[in-house]
Order: sequence, then C-alpha cells, then structure tokens
Amino acid sequence: MKDYMLFDKNTEAVIYGYQRNAIQRMLDFDYVSNREKPSVTAIVNPTALKGGLHKAFMGEKELLIPIYPTIGDVMKNHGKIETMVNFASFRSAFPTTMEALDYEQLRVITVIAEGMPERYAKEITAKAKKIGGKILIGPATVGGIVAGAFKIGNTGGMLDNIVESKLHRAGSVGFVSKSGGLSNEANNIIGRNTDGLYEGVAIGGDRYPFSTLTDHLFRYEANPAIKMIVALGEVGGEDEYKIVAALKEGKITKPLVMWNIGTCAGIFKTEVQFGHAGARADKASETATAKNEALREAGAIVPDSFETYDVVIKETYDKMVADGKHKPIPLTEAPAMPMDYAKALKDKVIRKPRNFVATISDDSGDELAYGGPYGSERSMTISDVFKNDIGIGGVISLLWFKKLLPTWATKFLEMAVMITADHGAAVSGAHNAIVTARAGKDLISCIVSGMLTIGPRFGGAVHGAAKYFSGASDAKKSPLEFVTEMKQAGINIPGIGHLIKSVQNPDQRVTLMKEYAKKNFPNTDILDFALKVEEVTTSKRNNLILNVDGCIGILFTDMMRSSGAFTAQEMQEVLDLEGLNSLFILGRTIGMMGHVFDQKRLKQPLYRHPLDDILYY
Amino acid sequence: MAQRGIREFYGKRMLAKYLPEYLGGSFGYEGEIALVDENTNWDTLAKENPWLKDKPLVAKPDQLFGKRGKHGLLLINKNLSEVRKWIDERMNKETKVGKITDSLTHFIIEPMVKHEEEYYLAIKSNVTGDTIYFSTKGGMDIEEVWDTVSEIDVPASTDIETIDVAAKLPAELDDKKRELVTKYIKGLYKYYADLHFAYLEINPFAMSGDNIFPLDMVARLDDTALYECVEKWGETDFPPPFGRAMTKEEAYIKSLDEKTGASLKLTLINPKGRVWTLVAGGGASVIYADTIADLGKAEEIAIYGEYSGNPNTELTYEYTKTVLDLMTRTKHPKGKVLLIGGGIANFTDIAKTFTGIIKALKEYKDKLIKNDVKIYVRRGGPNYKEGLDLMSELGKTLGVPIEVYGPETHMTKIVSLGLEEK
Repeated sequence: MKDYMLFDKNTEAVIYGYQRNAIQRMLDFDYVSNREKPSVTAIVNPTALKGGLHKAFMGEKELLIPIYPTIGDVMKNHGKIETMVNFASFRSAFPTTMEALDYEQLRVITVIAEGMPERYAKEITAKAKKIGGKILIGPATVGGIVAGAFKIGNTGGMLDNIVESKLHRAGSVGFVSKSGGLSNEANNIIGRNTDGLYEGVAIGGDRYPFSTLTDHLFRYEANPAIKMIVALGEVGGEDEYKIVAALKEGKITKPLVMWNIGTCAGIFKTEVQFGHAGARADKASETATAKNEALREAGAIVPDSFETYDVVIKETYDKMVADGKHKPIPLTEAPAMPMDYAKALKDKVIRKPRNFVATISDDSGDELAYGGPYGSERSMTISDVFKNDIGIGGVISLLWFKKLLPTWATKFLEMAVMITADHGAAVSGAHNAIVTARAGKDLISCIVSGMLTIGPRFGGAVHGAAKYFSGASDAKKSPLEFVTEMKQAGINIPGIGHLIKSVQNPDQRVTLMKEYAKKNFPNTDILDFALKVEEVTTSKRNNLILNVDGCIGILFTDMMRSSGAFTAQEMQEVLDLEGLNSLFILGRTIGMMGHVFDQKRLKQPLYRHPLDDILYY
Repeated sequence: MAQRGIREFYGKRMLAKYLPEYLGGSFGYEGEIALVDENTNWDTLAKENPWLKDKPLVAKPDQLFGKRGKHGLLLINKNLSEVRKWIDERMNKETKVGKITDSLTHFIIEPMVKHEEEYYLAIKSNVTGDTIYFSTKGGMDIEEVWDTVSEIDVPASTDIETIDVAAKLPAELDDKKRELVTKYIKGLYKYYADLHFAYLEINPFAMSGDNIFPLDMVARLDDTALYECVEKWGETDFPPPFGRAMTKEEAYIKSLDEKTGASLKLTLINPKGRVWTLVAGGGASVIYADTIADLGKAEEIAIYGEYSGNPNTELTYEYTKTVLDLMTRTKHPKGKVLLIGGGIANFTDIAKTFTGIIKALKEYKDKLIKNDVKIYVRRGGPNYKEGLDLMSELGKTLGVPIEVYGPETHMTKIVSLGLEEK
C-alpha cells in the first residue's frame, strides 16, 4: 500500500475492546462495499484470559472472529493485520497504544477514547514520530472511513446512512475535520453535492491530537484518486496556519474547501469552553475568524458561513467537472442488507410463533410477577406479595394454581409443608439422602437420591387417600360399604393405619390438622366421612387410624371444594397432576436438606451396611 | 474536560508538599498560606496557622486572575487584624477587574518574604512537549521585558536531566545562583510533568539565600489526569474563571456530566435571550452558535450547550428540563425560538435521546405556550426516522408549532427558519 493511503479493500484490523456493535457495523459496511474478506480479523478482550470466539454477521452469513487476551497474541497469529482500532477506556488507552506502536505490522492506529491526559497523547505522538511510517488517528474521535474499503468502528453511523451518503463505494473527495460528529454530517453534505467521499478522517477534538489536519491534507494531496479536498477546522490551536503556509508554498494544489467553526467565540463576554477540549482561543490568531480569513487569502475556498458550506462544495465540484478536470464516478448499487431479526420484529415486518408458553409467572415486566403475566388480574407483583404478606402458602397458591386462595386455605398449605418437613432419619427419603451424603456427594445428588424414593409406598398415600375417600363420599357410600368393597378388591385403604400410633396414642400431627380444619374450613365433608371410616377400621384393630398422609390428602380435597375457587375439572386436574404429592415433596425436601447438612457437619464416613444384617441365600 | 485553572492556594500547597520529593530535599518553602472565604472562622484559621500572628502578612484575592497589584487588590506588610479588616471590606463585593465584574469570594494570606531578587519562571504545554521560560526580571509585567526571557524546550518523552538547562539560562546569573536555579527548574519540571500540569507560572519567585519562595503563582491542570493524580491533587477544585461564577443550573448540568460517560454541557450566556438551543455534538453546537451570530442575532443567544456520546433518555430529559426551565422564566415580546439541532450522529440513538427531550417538552407544555415558543428540529443518525416521527407527532398536541427536518435539509437551515421575521 502507498504511504498516502490509510486503508484499502483488503485491510485487516484488530479491534481492541469487545465492542460488539462497532464490529457488526464494520462488517455491515464490508458487506455493502463488496469486500471479499471481513475487515475485522481479531478482537482483543483483556478480560477474556482464555480467549474465545465472537459470532458476527457478514451479510446473511455468520462468521467467527477469534478473541485474544493481548495484542501480542493477535500479532503472533495474524501477520496480515495492519491496523488497530483501540476502544480501550481513557485509563488504558495510553499503555495499550504505546504497546501497539511496538508492533511493526500495525501501520495505522486509531484511539477512540475521550479524556486521555494531554501529556500521554504527546508521548504517543513522539514515539510514533521516532519510529516513523505510522499513521495515528485520535484520541477522542470516532475514527474515519475509506469509502468502499474500510470503516473504523462507528464512523458513518448506521447502514442506511452509509448507503445514502454513497460511502459504500469510492468517490473523489478527501475530507478531514476535528469533530467526529461533524464528519458524518460532512459525509452527508459531500454525498449530496459531489460524486462522493473517497476518504474521511476525524482527528479528534482534543488539544493535542496525534495527527493534524495538515498531516491528512498532505496525504490527500499525494493521493491521485482524490480530486478535491474538504476540511473543517475550528477555533483554538494553530494547525490551520500550517495549511495556510502549505497553500502559499504550493504544497497543496488541489481545490480545498475549508471552514473553521467557532466564529461566535468572540461575541461572548467571558471565555466559554466549547464541547471540544481543544476549542479555545488563547490568542487572536487562534480565533476561527482569523483562520478563515488567512485561509481565504492563501487561496482556499472559504464560504461566508457554514450556511453556504454545501453550496461552495457543490460549486467547486461542478466547476472541476465542467473544466474537464474530473469525470464523475458513477454510483453503484449497494447489495441489499438482510434485515436484523430484532429490528424486523420491532418494525412488525415479520412474526414468529413462540416455542414456549408460560402462564404462571412473568419476569419480562417492570417487576417479577407470580400467578400470570405482569399486569394481568390474576398475577401479583413480588412487591405486593410482601405488602399483602401472603406467605409461602400464598406463593404456592399463585404458582401452582394461578390464583390466590383465601388465607385459611394458604395457611393450611403452609401447615402441610411444615408437618411433612421431616420424619426422622429412618424413613427411606432421609435414609437415602444420608447414605448419599456419607458417600461424599454434592447437595443436589443427595437430595435427588432421597426424593427418588417418594412414590406409591413412601408419601404416595396422600394422593391415594384423596382419590378413594372423595370417590366413596361422592358416591354416597356408607363407611362400612366402602371398607368392605376395598377389602374385597384387595386394596389397603390409603391413609389408614400407622405402625406405632393408635386410638389411644393419637398422632399429634393429625390432631393438629383436624382441629385446624374443623375451626377454619367452611366445610369438611370428606374428613367427616373419613373419620366415620376410621371408626369402622379401628373397631377391627386400634392402629388402623387415619394417618398423616391420609389427613393431608383428604383435607386438601376439602380445601379445594370448600374454597369455591376450583371447578370440578380443575380439581380433577390437580389430582391428575400429582398436586397432592407435590406438597409432600416440597415439605420433605426441607428435612432432607437438613439431614445432608447434618451428616456433612458431623463428617460422617462412607456408610457400609453390616454384613450380619444381610441374608445371603 | 480540558486544561483548567486552579487556585493559587492549592497550587502552592501542592508545591510545598510534593516539590521537595523532586528536588531531593527541602527548598525552604513551607507552604505557609491560608485561604479565606465567607465561611472562614478567623479564630480557627489563626489557630491552624500560628504564623498569621507572628509575621507581617500579604493578602490578595485568589480567583484565577492575575495582576492583582495593578488592580489595587494586593495588601502588603500588615498584621492579622488589618488583613482581616481589609478582606472583610471586600468579601462578596462586586468588583471590577479589567473589563470583568464579579464578586470577590476567595482570598489568600501569606507571610511577607524579604528578598533581593525577583525571577520569572513558567512552564507551558505545547504541541511538541513543553517550554520552560526563565528570566531574572521577574515582576508584574513580564511581557514588557520578554526579550530577557530564556526559552528551554523539553520535547515530549524527554528526560529533563538530558537537557543542559544551566547553559541556556541568562548570562547574568552567577555560578552559584545558576546551579541553584538549574536544580530548581529541573525539580519543578519533573513535578509539573508527573502531576499533569498544563501551565505553571511563578512570577515572581524570590531567592533568599539558598531558599526559593514562590511569591505569585498561576497554574492550570489537565483535568483528564484526575484518575492518576486524585491523591496528589488532594482537595484541589477547579473554580470557574472570574466573571463566570456558575449558576445553579450550570452546576447541575456539570454534576450530571461528571456522572456519565456521555457529555452534557451548559453555559448561560444571556438569560433573556430569544434563541435557545438543544444541540447534539461538540462540533455541531458551535456551528449553531456561529450561524446565529452570522445572522446578526448574537445578542439573542441565550445559552451555549451540547449533549453527545449517546446519553440515555433520563439524561436528555434532565438536560432538556433544565434548559426549558431557564427558557420560560421571562417572556420575550417576539416570542422565543428553540432549536433542537444536530448533525448526523454516528452512534447516538436519536429515538432514545428524543424520547427524553419529548418527555420534558410535554411537561413544559403550558409554559411553552405562554412564552410563545416555536420549535425547530433537525437531526440525523441511528433511528432518526423514528425520532423525527415522534417529534412530528408531538407537534400535533403540544400547542406550539414544531417544524421537523432530517438529513436532506442543511444542518443550520433551521437557524434561518427560526430567526426569520414573520
């Protein structure tokens, strides 16, 4: 590549900093510019210590760009990279740029960060000069663009603007400014009034930019593809006088349209710091008006104000064409860019059926909601959950049944969870959890191992009791009839019978629940029926009492029926869904976790069952 | 962010605290200096600075302007009670300094230093590095004796020890003094560079035996280096220049600016002005001000301001509210003009920034109508179509006219549209 060129259609870049949007915008530009290969070859992400891959689009195709933790790693692996776009913060922009200068292959380096200390900017400039052959752009800039070839970072804005401003193919105008924001405005002006931009650079608004307006003007002068030059200077500094000198010495011969902004500075009574750090006149020669006059006198084409900047550009360009000095470069059509899915969806251009449906909660609103979508009548926001103090019973009610049951019902759910929370270390769930914990396994493995024993024999009676007792009660059977039928069918009545407890020695858990239901439930039909059945069974043997599983199952059914909140179909659904077992599973998990913690705290060794307890036969 | 002036008080205290490090030993200046503002308790001040009672004193305002002797604002060789009386008479009084009038709010008191010679020393940042200026003719008007000033260039990244400073000093210095001045200049330069000064002028500084005393000092720091110098700069603040005391609204916008990666700037120029701007971009904002002035309406410019770097909706809302509040305080017989302008953004989301602006405009609907405000919009960039549509929609309900233009219209066209006498 010639010295006066910044980039061409084959320039490959490394992006310092994981700037997903800027990278995609560069690749989008590559696509509409008909580049063969993407311009972004590698990314440095100093926090990705193991590196990685970044997925991006080039047109409709996807590609993977390697990510490295250091510039050095990139240099080792990608010898063709010749430019770095440095998105490092103002804190790290200095050391990273100093490092980048050490790599011979990096010819052009752009520093985006605003707020680099002036001393450091000057040190970078000094180092680059000493090495020689480097082109630096920045700091505090958006960068620059070579139309149809390479775009630095976010320069040129969005794709529609790029195509509208004809930046997807080379025109014949060179542009340079301090301001990055205005460079895009200039792209637009140049695109509308000439055959388009060839190259544009924003050197940055700081007081001591790495490269000056003049540096770039000289490149444009040397580049035969550039036929006219447009520039935008500003108040502050004296760089513009180098241009005046260059014009006078005949070092700039191409038509130069230039305007310096900040002519208003003189009218303010006291000093105003403009948006650019360097935009402050320390002496009369640094004012915009003085610069405009000096440039005009030296032969530059200077409009009367920014108002006619576009007019003057057009006149200058048209004259060049009329004089036969330039043949307009025809506009080529940019390939159509596939629309981003997110944008298409937002613009309602496309629709797509959802693969997932969720109706019990919603985290997509302003606030998490339980019970249904955020804002719907049946849902409740997490702050209301606490404001109304609905307890864990209320939360269960919202998430399992999508409705908030009355307080007497949610309190019953809590009671069931509390009562079933644990039943000592000997039952199968706790036992398995303990054995697994002692085998040194992690928490979730221990809990799962215990939970997997829950089923028809362990905890399953809850469901069975609800099913058989409500069935018999609904069929208006007499307690004796029911007991007899079950016996004939060879089925042990679920929820009846206890190993230790008896009529004389009642199970306190059952007593507590019965008392609660009698006091608070509007109606306890099935419990009443079950208690009559218990009278029949205990007359045969005194330990055939209504046990805790049976009591929960039966009261759960009474609760659903007397709350009036469920239709018959919904109630059947709850049964079919093992809604009753879920209470037991939920409660018992608390206990199993306790056992696991207990075993681990006690540093219990691997359990081995005693041989004398096994019958080998 | 840029180079910003600091008070002499903080400059000298920093010098006393850190310069010895760079000189490799004390240089005799102990940093005896006291700052007085309207809240100063004189008893506490005297307790904390015992020398105030023992030594003859010098007092002067400390508000970033020089030539205080010339303006009759220098008190020399007085005791503490005389100094107090002198300061009390001037505290919070509007005072004219040159062409600028403002309140005197900060004074410094120092012991008077007996000395024979007054030297001039300054270090100034420039494009290629720094330049050190030295003269044995220190005093008030160095410009008048500029031909006595020696200039020593220190290119960026150059170790000052590699430069033969002594050889470049004026011939009239004897060997002993030359050695002392050289040592002082080298130490001071290292201190200046390490602490990210952009400008440091000690005029005059006095030589008294082996000791050196800064009598008068002006300093500017590069405030972008705050992240590195926060400890050494200590409580140093960046007061507004004399005559530019910040209004409540300017201070508020500055506080927002400091909290975000985006940029928000506001300078009130003429609160009764007719033309108000909400312009995006450091460069574009200047062009709008230029164009208003070019059209002969400079005296009507109410504010200079800009927002850029993709501020979020909340920030543009707060910014706009502040501007609208200022704008709707006093009526103008011809009504007012609000220019919502900007170039074609590179990455600022127009729809988002406009959403904040629109929210504020809606809030000020009644006041905008009462003040007979006309609004002109011109903008381009990411999502600009959506942003402009939002503005056009607002125009149907706001009750004041809004004209909306995009990239197809020249950036400053809305200035002439807005200022046309209809």
